[in-house]
Amino acid sequence: MALLDVTDLTVSFDTPDGTVKAVNGMTLSLDPGESLAIVGESGSGKTQLAFSILGLLAKNGTAGGSIRFDGQEILNLPEAKLNHIRANEIAMIFQDPMTSLNPYLRVGDQMAEVLMLHKGASKRDAFAESARMLDAVRIPDARARLRMYPHEFSGGMRQRIMAAMALLCRPKLLIADEPTTALDVTVQNQIMELMADIQRDFGTALILITHDLAIVAGSCVKTLVMYGGRVMEVGATDDVFADPSHPYTRGLLNAVPRLDVPQDKLETIPGDPPDLTALPAGCPFSPRCPASHAPCAATMPVQEAFGAGRLRACHAAREAVA
Amino acid sequence: MSAPLLETRDLSVTFKVAQQGGWPWSPPRELHAVKQASLRLEPGRTLGLVGESGSGKSSLARAIVGTVPVSDGQVLWRGTDVIGMNAARQRAHGRHVQMVFQDPLDALNPRMTVGQIVAEPLRTHFPDLSREQIRRKVGAMMERVGLLPALINRYPHEFSGGQCQRIGIARALITEPELVVCDEPVSALDVSVQAQVVNLLQELQREMGLALLFIAHDLSVVRHISHRIAVMYLGRIVETAAAQELITNPRHPYTKALIASVPIPSPEAERARHRPVLEGELPSPMAPPSGCVFRTRCPIARASCAEAIPPVTHIGNDHHVACPYHSETAPPAQ
Repeated sequence: MALLDVTDLTVSFDTPDGTVKAVNGMTLSLDPGESLAIVGESGSGKTQLAFSILGLLAKNGTAGGSIRFDGQEILNLPEAKLNHIRANEIAMIFQDPMTSLNPYLRVGDQMAEVLMLHKGASKRDAFAESARMLDAVRIPDARARLRMYPHEFSGGMRQRIMAAMALLCRPKLLIADEPTTALDVTVQNQIMELMADIQRDFGTALILITHDLAIVAGSCVKTLVMYGGRVMEVGATDDVFADPSHPYTRGLLNAVPRLDVPQDKLETIPGDPPDLTALPAGCPFSPRCPASHAPCAATMPVQEAFGAGRLRACHAAREAVA
Repeated sequence: MSAPLLETRDLSVTFKVAQQGGWPWSPPRELHAVKQASLRLEPGRTLGLVGESGSGKSSLARAIVGTVPVSDGQVLWRGTDVIGMNAARQRAHGRHVQMVFQDPLDALNPRMTVGQIVAEPLRTHFPDLSREQIRRKVGAMMERVGLLPALINRYPHEFSGGQCQRIGIARALITEPELVVCDEPVSALDVSVQAQVVNLLQELQREMGLALLFIAHDLSVVRHISHRIAVMYLGRIVETAAAQELITNPRHPYTKALIASVPIPSPEAERARHRPVLEGELPSPMAPPSGCVFRTRCPIARASCAEAIPPVTHIGNDHHVACPYHSETAPPAQ
């Protein structure tokens, strides 16, 4: 049975400028222990998807559809029930580790609180377990570090602390939202190694949300590409990179320079990211799509299965096969 | 080799920082953001400057443009020292060197229209131009960078990030400079828009014969746009070479680690990539290690590295490296 089943999820926000449709009918599923990368640019809805799984949407946001976790519907659950799922079952690591740690509390107190609250552990056990977990994310001298405040750590160390904290209750699913974007490349390398170790040692399923295709290539088994709140393409990472089926995926892959292969000129995707208050009726990518034609702007293509467990939503790709 | 357009000789930038935990009257401590950096940039070429945050690359760029004071060393523009110029000549020199900033929206005055923003450098450097001439030049420049001239009376918030960066580029190019210093010009942009801006900069360089000093932390982008690359670590330039040479034949252990850390957008390449994890993080620039600044994280460091600052040496093929052990790969036997 799938660990996570998202069906027809919609997320919208009421704003003074109109209704912002962040996620529009999104479907995905994730097996236990599996790793899935969600790739998208700003405004693609990738973060709001994660927020709706954890019930963290802003007050003006509404979510519809269904999110089933371990067979149980968790979308729009009351706060008390969500609190049990958060940390125990699903944990999240955010982009900026400084703003997600409490600057007034010692790292040890913040970590121990998680265990005391969720597992009813004694203070002594909670601290011992926290030290073990800091050690597991390779923070040297863990016991002494528990007595330090977040500002006494560097960016990479803080991200390790976030990971340790997320793992304390041994969640089945870890959601990492751009975990390395604020970090330098050598530190980014360390954190991605850590993510791989976490997956291996704890058997945690991972959803990695990122805009960086290069990170996805080395870390996740499955890749899902989002644009304008919709799924463009899903498949095994190897297949998606070797044979991208959606024009948007192809455009993205061609637009990033590669260190190992010099290019003469980068291919570009013309135009600008979509305006979420005025999305086209059809495919959100159609205004920028090189393969766009009449039906694209009018109707959203249905998600169709093809190849080895792959999915795509594109009129042009389907017609090319037909 | 043609005469360099810009040259820095042993350029240092020092900031005074209040002592932590000190009294208000305690003397400030010195932070050496850039130490003895020497660079050359030929007309019409691109020099990429890479380094992690805190490596001093932005301070070096700002010292070249003249927005932070130089504490030691020289900035030579076609052989003439810029630092010693009087104020009037420095202002005149400003027309030749312009800058493009990282956050496109932050770098534009929200209360000025696009037309006013792009025209401002013209008004400063060419006060004799008539309003009509300015309008024509601004319109032509907007068109050149891919903005509809009809949008001239719009305000920055009405544009997307990529368009704002185009406005920033138009503003930098309106005085027809010979050098544009780009400080992380694409890192705040989405991937699809990033490629548009990189291509635009390359086209403009070809058309106008611009020299670019391109600063970024993303080595893939720097490699793509640059002819030469200089690598900075903790305020010092540790290696300089032609872009292809530097990427395929890095000699400084830091450059090697940096290149090996860059992920490649290809699952096959990623599986093949050996990921040597560089331990630790950048030391505090307030208290840099003695001798070689990289020795605390260096895989081939030895006792002598702590003693003297390694000089930058030429190892042939216009490749300069600041490591006396650059041809060795393993640490010394204990």
